[in-house]
Amino acid sequence: MESSTLIDPPMTSPISPPPRRASSHVADSDDARARSPAFEVERLSILYGEKKAIEDVTLAIPSKKITAIIGPSGCGKSSFLRSLNRMHELVPNTRIEGKVFFGGEDIYAAHVDPVVIRRRIGIVFQKSNPFPTMSIAENVLVGLKLNGVRDRAFLRERLEQSLRMAALWDEVKHDLHKPGVSLSGGQQQRLCIARAIAVEPEVLLMDEPASALDPIATAKIEELIHELSANYTVVIVTHNMQQAGRCSDYTAFLYLGRLIEFGSTTKIFSNPSERRTEDYITGRFG
Amino acid sequence: MHSKRADNHTWRTIKSGLASTVAFISALLVIAPLGLVFFHLLVNGASSVNWDFFTKLPTPVGTPGGGMVNAIVGSLELLAFASIIGIPIGVLGGVYLAEYGTARGNFALRFMADVLNGVPSIIWGVVVYGLIVLRFKSFSAYAGGLALGFIMVPLVTRTTEEVLLLVPAGYREASLALGISRWKTIVHIVMKTALKGIVTAVLLALARVAGETAPLLFTAFGNRFWNHNLSEPVAALPLQIFSYAISPYDDWHRQAWAGALVLVAMIFLVNLVVRFLTRERVAQVP
Repeated sequence: MESSTLIDPPMTSPISPPPRRASSHVADSDDARARSPAFEVERLSILYGEKKAIEDVTLAIPSKKITAIIGPSGCGKSSFLRSLNRMHELVPNTRIEGKVFFGGEDIYAAHVDPVVIRRRIGIVFQKSNPFPTMSIAENVLVGLKLNGVRDRAFLRERLEQSLRMAALWDEVKHDLHKPGVSLSGGQQQRLCIARAIAVEPEVLLMDEPASALDPIATAKIEELIHELSANYTVVIVTHNMQQAGRCSDYTAFLYLGRLIEFGSTTKIFSNPSERRTEDYITGRFG
Repeated sequence: MHSKRADNHTWRTIKSGLASTVAFISALLVIAPLGLVFFHLLVNGASSVNWDFFTKLPTPVGTPGGGMVNAIVGSLELLAFASIIGIPIGVLGGVYLAEYGTARGNFALRFMADVLNGVPSIIWGVVVYGLIVLRFKSFSAYAGGLALGFIMVPLVTRTTEEVLLLVPAGYREASLALGISRWKTIVHIVMKTALKGIVTAVLLALARVAGETAPLLFTAFGNRFWNHNLSEPVAALPLQIFSYAISPYDDWHRQAWAGALVLVAMIFLVNLVVRFLTRERVAQVP
């Protein structure tokens, strides 16, 4: 296990390309990687002050698959997602119990720098938030530039590549210098996805990425998520069950901060083991 | 019955008319002093504002003509000094309050900054007199600039904090999520987004201290000639106005009026620039 990748001094070396988990054991087949889970969450509880948002969740999130997290509002989906790259720590008085292993390494260990974790595990938020002072191109490249990447040819290449992966290139290739906020809502969200993948993370977390978008933009985002899963582990929080059913391989159902059921999406939606899962899926509550 | 209702209606109309008249008169009273000041300054000072005023040194008593170029340049020197002290400390203090401080510490800091903002400006003059002037046995441009800088610090701190807090948390999150470190997020994302607001804060503080007289009385002291050495007394517009206005000579009175007009015009100009900079919102809320 290369525990050193998590504690590399972040600001001193440019990350081109960023450390990739697979690079050191090339001998492993893709199969083996796919079989070993990306995240292993062990007895995780998240507390905001005295309030428990997540209680005793144990779960293994498979690598290079799409895992959906569903559940009614306030069940702790977002908190759970954000705990996977330590974004929830931005809320004061947050505390966790239990462990989260990413590629076998405990991301909450004392020596681990959350900045490095977040570089390897990207996140896209519900509300698109391109930086208002930056152009489309600057928005995509900001993560690389602020981490010290200066190679212009490399940046240009990443710009096009990221925008293509986010299915936005054809729409903006002539307007790269225009402000990011001049795009439509759906385009802005895809810009944010491009920005997140430009730093080449290994995982993409998505917090209801399409909930503020119209059906056409939503369809585009879902298609995009599907394509991304070829290269990335994707974890998506959604309160839209059709969306979870349509675009995920695995589904976890959270209710009142607890994990009720986790399994393949087909099984969860067609033959759930838990009564509460079935009730929620069939719309009896939530 | 019907007539009573009509009476009520009339009475209400009268009350409403009275209230809006009182409000209108109050509003007039608010802007009246500004109008009066400008009127007086123009009537009394405009005739003495000429090319000589901006290019010539003061003349000895009884000799007509002369100007205040030394005071204008002296004021600029003092403001430059004040900026060296006031801008970095003030802005960084605001950054600390908005981005780093704990709730309890911030409360104390804010309270102290507000108290400092309320300290009469002559106190700063006395403090710097004790700290610098007595120690180096000389009035100086350094001392005057320091006194003005002290006044700027809490002003700039509080306004900087406020404009930084206007930047939506989503931008900080988005940046941190890209694996960008905290201080780079603050400098390149948060402060860049709030740049206009910070510039405004600095300009308003400069405009405020540009007109300060009391803190300069026993620090910069004033000088009828060029200041060739920053550790010697230096002229400043407000000081020159003061000493000319209390003199018994009509000639000097006219010069004092002209100086006052120039000073107010400078402050007016700064405020216009601020208006221009802030014609859009400081931070765009997505």
